[in-house]
Amino acid sequence: MNAASPVPRRYDAIVIGGGHNGLVHAAYLARAGLRVCVLERRPLLGGATVTEEIFPGFRYSVFSYVVSLMRPDIIRELDLPRHGLAILPLESTLTPLPNGDRLYRDADHHRTWREIARFSVRDAEAYDDYGRTLFYMARAVKRLLGIAPPDPGRLGPGDIRGLAGLARHFLDLEPDQLHTLVKLMTMSAADFVDEWFEADALKATLSASGIIGTFLGPRSPGTAYVLLHHYMGEIDGHFRAWGFAKGGTGAVAEAIASAAREAGAEIRTDAAVEQVLVKNGRATGVALDSGEELRARVVSSSLDPRRTFLDLVDEDHLPAELVRGVRAFRFRGSSAKVNLALDAAPDFACMPGHGPHLRGAVSISPSIDYLERAYDDAKYGDFSRRPYIDIVIPSAIDPGMAPPGKHVMSCFVQYAPYELREGTWDEKREAFGDTVIETLSEHIPNLREIILHRQVVTPLDIERTTGLSQGNIFQGELTPSQLFFLRPAAGHAGYGTPVRGYYQCGSGTHPGGGIMGAPGKLAAVRVLADLKRGPGRASGSRGGLG
Amino acid sequence: MLLGTPFHPRTAALCRSRRWRNWSGYASALSYEPGHEHEYYAVRSGAALFDISPLRKYEIAGPEAAALVDRIVTRRVADCAVGRVLYTPWCDEAGKIIDDGTVQRLAGDRFRITAADPCLRWFQDCALGMDASVRDVSSDLAALALQGPTSRRILERLVTGADIAALPFFALAEGRIGAAPVTITRTGYTGDLGYELWVRPADALALWDAIVETGRGYGLAPAGLDALDVARIEAGLLLKEVDYVSSWTALIESRKSSPYEAGLGWAVQPRRGREFVGGRALEEEAAKPSGWALAGIELDWPRIEERFAAVGLPPLVAGRASRDAAPIYAKGRSGRSAARQIGYLTSSTFSPILKKYIALATIRRAFARPGARIQAELTVEFVRQRVPATVVKTPFFDPPRKRN
Repeated sequence: MNAASPVPRRYDAIVIGGGHNGLVHAAYLARAGLRVCVLERRPLLGGATVTEEIFPGFRYSVFSYVVSLMRPDIIRELDLPRHGLAILPLESTLTPLPNGDRLYRDADHHRTWREIARFSVRDAEAYDDYGRTLFYMARAVKRLLGIAPPDPGRLGPGDIRGLAGLARHFLDLEPDQLHTLVKLMTMSAADFVDEWFEADALKATLSASGIIGTFLGPRSPGTAYVLLHHYMGEIDGHFRAWGFAKGGTGAVAEAIASAAREAGAEIRTDAAVEQVLVKNGRATGVALDSGEELRARVVSSSLDPRRTFLDLVDEDHLPAELVRGVRAFRFRGSSAKVNLALDAAPDFACMPGHGPHLRGAVSISPSIDYLERAYDDAKYGDFSRRPYIDIVIPSAIDPGMAPPGKHVMSCFVQYAPYELREGTWDEKREAFGDTVIETLSEHIPNLREIILHRQVVTPLDIERTTGLSQGNIFQGELTPSQLFFLRPAAGHAGYGTPVRGYYQCGSGTHPGGGIMGAPGKLAAVRVLADLKRGPGRASGSRGGLG
Repeated sequence: MLLGTPFHPRTAALCRSRRWRNWSGYASALSYEPGHEHEYYAVRSGAALFDISPLRKYEIAGPEAAALVDRIVTRRVADCAVGRVLYTPWCDEAGKIIDDGTVQRLAGDRFRITAADPCLRWFQDCALGMDASVRDVSSDLAALALQGPTSRRILERLVTGADIAALPFFALAEGRIGAAPVTITRTGYTGDLGYELWVRPADALALWDAIVETGRGYGLAPAGLDALDVARIEAGLLLKEVDYVSSWTALIESRKSSPYEAGLGWAVQPRRGREFVGGRALEEEAAKPSGWALAGIELDWPRIEERFAAVGLPPLVAGRASRDAAPIYAKGRSGRSAARQIGYLTSSTFSPILKKYIALATIRRAFARPGARIQAELTVEFVRQRVPATVVKTPFFDPPRKRN
C-alpha cells in the first residue's frame, strides 16, 4: 500500500472497521453500486469475529465462538455459502453438577424429557411450555431485528408509520404473550425462569444466557431480555438453534469479506483510522494514523459508540446531550475467554468418554446461587473465584480446527470485570487463567494433563486487540435501557449521526451484538435511502446540528 | 435413544419386520410381520395383543379426588361409579382440547387417568387448594390391550378373582393372571370387543407369556401400531396431534379444537352447578356453535379405482392408514357455483373389513350432516384429483360385540 499520497483517494463510502458488521455494511453498499473502502486497523479482518492459529496446528475462535443470530436474509442475499460460510449445529447442552451428576439436554425430545424429569417431572413438562412461550416472544421481537427503530420521542413521518406498524404487531399478540413480553423486558432472568421451573441446575443454565456480556447477575432486573436475545438465534428456520461456523468465527468474516470484494469493495488491513474529517458539519473522509487521507461522501463507523462519537470525531461537532448519553452508555466488560489446545479429548467426570455432548455446549452453571456468587465477586472488582463458563469444543464439530485426535476448547468465562479493585489485568491474567483451569478440572479430571497451550483473553485484551471499549462483547450492554430507540442514545438510534454523511453501523446500534449482521445491513439501507434523497437533505442526522 | 417397555424382551424377539416407531420415547412396533394385514384381521376375527405401555398414567387420590377429576375433565365424574371407566377429553380455560384419555374409578376416592402426553403439571395445578394428590404412575404400570372377538374367551380362561363374562363395556375389575395382580378394563382403541390390562412392570413378561400361550388356540397375534391405526379409524376414534391438535402444541389459535369441533360434544356435560376447566367457554360455544365440525367421510371407491385405472394402475391407496392431511371441497347449496374448500381430512385408510376408503375430516359444520356430498383431494400418479365423497356417521364399523 502506498503511504500518504499527495492527492487523497476518493470513494463513495468509507467503512471504519472490518468486523462482521462493517463488512456486511460494505457488502450491501458495494452491491448498490457504491465505491466502498473498508479500513481495518488489524492485519486480519473480523474484529471480534476472528480465527487465529495462536499455537501451531490449533485454530482458536479467539473471541466470539458461536453463531446463531446471523440473519438468514443476509446469508441469502450476500450468497455467503458460496463464499465459504457453513454453520454446523451445536447439538446439546451439558451442565455438570458438583455431586457428579449432570443435566444433559439435546434434540432427542423424549430423552431430554426424561433427563429433566430425573430432577422434576413438573419441570420436564414445563420445559415444552417454556420453549413455546419463548418461541412466541422471539417471533414477536424478531420483527424488531429487521427494522430501524422508530423513535416515539421524535415522531417524524417514518417514526409514526413505524410505531403504528409495531403497535399493530404487538397488539396482535395474545394478551398472555403481551404480558410475558413485558415481564421479559423488566424481570431478572432468575425470576423469569423461576415462574416455570424448580430444578436449580436447569434454572441456572437457562438464566445463564441472561448474563452473557452484561455486568449483571442472574437476579438483576433486565437480564431476562438478554436471555431472550440469545433465544432469537435461528438456524434453518428453528429458533434457538446455536451453531458453530466451520473454520471458526473468522470464517464468517472471511465469507462476508469475499462477498464484499466480489461486489467491488476495497478492503484494507493495517489501516487504522485516526479521525473522521468533518467540514461544515459534514463528514468528508478519514485520516489514517499513517497520515494518509481518504475522501468520501459517506463515512460509516462500525466501531462502538464510544469510539464512533468520542474518539473519531471532535466532541464539538456533537450536541452535548449525545456526548453525555454516549459517556453514560454502559460497556463494563464482564467476560473473558480462555482458549485451550488439548492433546486429547476432555473427559467429563459426569459423562465420561466420547459422545455427542462433546459436540454441544457445556455450561458450568450448577445453580443460581453459583452464578450470583460469581457476580458478587465481580461487583466489588474481583474476578469470580468460581466463574460461569460456557464451553464448546470446536474441533469436535469441525475436524479442521485441530490436528487429528487433538482438540481446541473455547471457554467463555464470566465474570471478569474490566475494572479490577486491585492490580491490573496484566498482573492477574495468569492467576485468572489458573482459576478457570481449577474450576474446569473439577469437572474434567484429565484436563491439566492434556493442556498443550492456553490463551487467556481478559477484557483488557479484548479492548486492546479489537478496540471494543472495556472489552464489552456487544459494543455495550444489551439491557432494556440500552436497546431499540435508546441504542446507543435517545434520538440517535437511526444509524445516522448529527454529522451529515457520518453513520454508525456496529453492534452498538439496534438490534445489538452477537454475530448477527443486522446493524450493518440496516445502516446500509439507511445510507442508501439518504443518498437517494439527495445530498442536500440533512438526512444523516435527525438531531442537533443536522 | 428409545427405551424399551417392560414387554420389550418379548416384542423385540417377535418383531420380524424390524419396524419401530418412537411412541413417547419408547420403541413401539409398527408391525411384527413385514406387513400388518394379519395383525389387523386378528383385531376383527381373533385377538390382537398390543403393548400400550407408553401411555401416560396418573393416579388421583384423596378426599376431594372426585371433585378434582370432575374439575379437570368435561364429563361428569358423578356419573362414573366405582368400577366404571369414562372416555373424556380435557380442556384449557378457553374450552380447547388439551388431551384425551380414560378415567378409571378404582375407588370412591381413587382414580387413574390415561393420557397421550405428560399432564402431571396441569393436573397438579388444577388441584391447587384441593385435598387430593396427583401422582405420575406412568412407569409404575405396564399395559397391554387385548382386542378382538376372542379376547373375552382368552381372559375367561386366564383371569381369576374377576368375572370377565359379566364385565360390561367401559367397566373395570381387579383380578389375577397367574400370581400377578391385574386391573382389567373393558376399553380399547379398536372399536371391537376388547380389554386393557394394567400390571406392575415386574409382572409384565409373565402376563405376556400367559396371554400368548393361552391365546394360541384363539387366533391371537401380537399387533403393532399400523394395524391399530386402521382399526381406530374404522372405530372413528381420534388421534391427538393428527385429528386434533392439542391447545398446548397448536402455536396458532386456528389449530386448536373444542370438543364440539372435534366430534366430542357428547362428552361435554352441562355445568349445572359444577365448575370444570373450560366449562364457561364451552357453555358459550354450545349456545353459539362453532362453524367447524368433525365428520366421517366415505370416498367413492369406484371413482378412486377409475382414477387409477385411467393411468393404468391398480388403486394404490389400499394398505396402510395415512396421516397426511388433504383438502376437502364442496359446492354451495345451489350446486351451481364452483366447489370451494370446506375443510381437510386428517386420517384416512382403506377399510379391509368394509372394503371402503374412509377418512376423518374437519369440515364446515353446514356440510357435516350424513349424506352431504363433498369432494376429497387425492393425488394419483403425481396429479391432484378430486374424488366424490359422502359424509357418514361414525363409527364406520361398529360390531354389536363391542358392547354386548
